[in-house]
Amino acid sequence: MSKIKTYAEINQKLKSGKAVVLTAEEVSKLAQTASPEEIVERVDVVTTATFGAMCSSGAIINFGHASPPIRMEKIRLNGVPCYEGLAAVDSYIGAAACNPDNPEYGGAHVIQDLLEGKDVLLEAWGKGTDCYPRKYIKTKINIETINEFTLFNPRNAYQNYNVAVNTTKKMIHTYMGTLLPNLRNATYSTSGELSPLLNDPDLRTIGIGTRIFLGGAQGFVVWNGTQFHTTKPKNEFGVPVTNAATISVIGNLKEMSSGYIQGAYYEKYGVSMFVGIGVPIPVLDADIARRVSINNSQIETSVLDYGTVGQPKLGQVSYEELQSGFIKIKGKKVRTAPVASLSKAREIAGELKEWLQNGKFEITQPVQHFPQNTSLNSLKETEADND
Amino acid sequence: MIKKRYILNFPPESGDKAFTYHLVKDYDIRINILKAEVFPGKRGSLLLELQGKRNNIENGVKYIQSHKITCEPLDKRIHFKEENCIDCGNCTAVCFAGALTMNRESWKLEFDKNKCVVCELCIPACPLNLFEIDFR
Ligand code: SF4
Ligand code: SF4
Repeated sequence: MSKIKTYAEINQKLKSGKAVVLTAEEVSKLAQTASPEEIVERVDVVTTATFGAMCSSGAIINFGHASPPIRMEKIRLNGVPCYEGLAAVDSYIGAAACNPDNPEYGGAHVIQDLLEGKDVLLEAWGKGTDCYPRKYIKTKINIETINEFTLFNPRNAYQNYNVAVNTTKKMIHTYMGTLLPNLRNATYSTSGELSPLLNDPDLRTIGIGTRIFLGGAQGFVVWNGTQFHTTKPKNEFGVPVTNAATISVIGNLKEMSSGYIQGAYYEKYGVSMFVGIGVPIPVLDADIARRVSINNSQIETSVLDYGTVGQPKLGQVSYEELQSGFIKIKGKKVRTAPVASLSKAREIAGELKEWLQNGKFEITQPVQHFPQNTSLNSLKETEADND
Repeated sequence: MIKKRYILNFPPESGDKAFTYHLVKDYDIRINILKAEVFPGKRGSLLLELQGKRNNIENGVKYIQSHKITCEPLDKRIHFKEENCIDCGNCTAVCFAGALTMNRESWKLEFDKNKCVVCELCIPACPLNLFEIDFR
């Protein structure tokens, strides 16, 4: 029987500086000459990473109490609306939030400005209560003046994602970038064999409590992400061929760096945020060794027509083909472009590898695994609503 | 022989000079007009690719400039905040001229400004708004 390792054994090796850590790209290369059984013997942890636009992101902020205090019932940060339905000076700013009069600057940019140490204008209104008499406040805040500044992203790091194309005669603007008419380009977004959830497709090591790299600091997986779907069709290598599982993550923004969090604006779509995430995968046994060995030719994804209602599937391609610069769709050669940064993802995988090798980062066994056999509801309109 | 792209902006009073004729005849320059926005009686802009001997092109450019036409190399008119680029690749999706491409080893963005045709599609396509092209 091949070797089986525990989290504790691997952590012991990490602490003593004896662990072997490879990035997912390095292990995929090694797998060309080594079997999964050999890889469990030789490799302890594999680092995976992604750096892409993740709209379902945002930050929890506690502003601190002013004197006299205010119960903030409407809040704006540099004009961007923040959630006001929490306690007096708690708020949540969504990455995609924006003031419709200034759609190019949104919540993600506010988070980035704070992260970079810039002053941000806070304006808040309350009705005035016996214990919170104040009705209005206007002041400048920054990363030093606020209390908690916590990145909390309900859905990040999609396990695989579709390729976007446009068969119509009109150029369209999407979160997958600008799609030229008549199938003249195709965009894709995951980092392929380096992507976190593609290296542990059954989520054996990624679950609630998993310590990760988040925005340049240590963060945690806190829950399955929203739209968590584990029953999407898989290919012969056990990898879903479309967007499937997701993770929800949390971390201290005060420890993060602006190099790994970046506000973005997509023409005629809106604001989003690039988030850098790295996930370490402990090589516990031959099954996990086989999973992390997966390479771009074995990971496939679906090509969807974003120009047509219902986004019909036009084909299936591998990441090897996508990264070659061209794919074939309906017999036509179509130019490809990424919309997420593989070079940044590599940087993250490399940095996480260093943290692990320097004993700065412990791997964690999930406190609880994610649910299985999940699928999604779509939003139905009841008849009464259409009256 | 060199090949270089220039942006020309001319004021209303210089609109109808037959300067392309002189560039060809007097300076032995091959001209490729890549983009033109000319309104009679108003300002106009041209993107030209000039091909010829280096000193002929230099003299040809001086000739154009002596007629109150601004003529500047294209790369001087493209302002790209390279230091902020995250190499996401969004701009390469729209750049059909092949000026913006991803290096398939490093996956870093490469920008060959001399291939640009000033289609201006990269300006809105960059989610970080890093491009500015001064054509008009
Ligand atoms: S304007 Fe931008 S997209 Fe168009 S050719 Fe030049 S670099 Fe490429
Ligand atoms: S779209 Fe902008 S950030 Fe992305 S690679 Fe191009 S220039 Fe860089």
